[in-house]
Amino acid sequence: MTTIEQQTLASLPKGFGLAIINSKAPFSSNDGKDALDVALMFGSFEQKVSLFFQGDGVYQLIANQDGRLVSIKDYLKTFSAFEFYDIEDIYVCQQSLVNRQLNETFHINDVQVLTSIEFSKALNRHQHVLRF
Amino acid sequence: MAIVLSYENNIIATDKQGYLLNHLVWQEKLALVMAKNDKFELTEAHWEVINFVRQFYLTYNTSPAIRALTKAMKTEFGEAKASSRYLYKLFPEGPAKQATKYAGLPKPARCI
Repeated sequence: MTTIEQQTLASLPKGFGLAIINSKAPFSSNDGKDALDVALMFGSFEQKVSLFFQGDGVYQLIANQDGRLVSIKDYLKTFSAFEFYDIEDIYVCQQSLVNRQLNETFHINDVQVLTSIEFSKALNRHQHVLRF
Repeated sequence: MAIVLSYENNIIATDKQGYLLNHLVWQEKLALVMAKNDKFELTEAHWEVINFVRQFYLTYNTSPAIRALTKAMKTEFGEAKASSRYLYKLFPEGPAKQATKYAGLPKPARCI
């Protein structure tokens, strides 16, 4: 491991909370909304929760999508309220973005783009993992 | 038991607990009717919260549960009003639950 990598990893907050992996595109199934509901519920009860986006899950962070066009409530708007639920650790897999030719522009702030190695290390710091 | 909410000679669709099914039909006057049916008096302080909750919903597409509500209110109204104690004084049956009702919003799913 290089020094730079070590520094980056050391700067990430430590904790044993819940990790929620989002691996599905929004609006194609209920998974994204379900993951959000779980995250907000944990946040409401002051439980630490981190969000991970990988695979098609990265599409949930891309701007200018509106579920109403396909008659689904636009739950992505709720992402902007994360600060009120103390959800601060949001990680996205860089390789998943590259594979889909998406740039690192998201509809919410403070998203951390991690390499595959960093991504799995961040995931490993959590006690429980839920995948949606 | 279904609650019938009539307003200006129209029946407004609500769920079993009296929450509006369509938040877009909401008006301040309708909130007054809903509160009157519940024998609940809305003061200026109540309106502050109701309007805030409604704005929260329109911005984030979700009704805030109590903790998120107090956190969000802190920036807007300051520390004193951003406590669950203050909010429970205004809405004894649960601030998130009651304020969302009179704001014409769905009952928060993660509600306490």
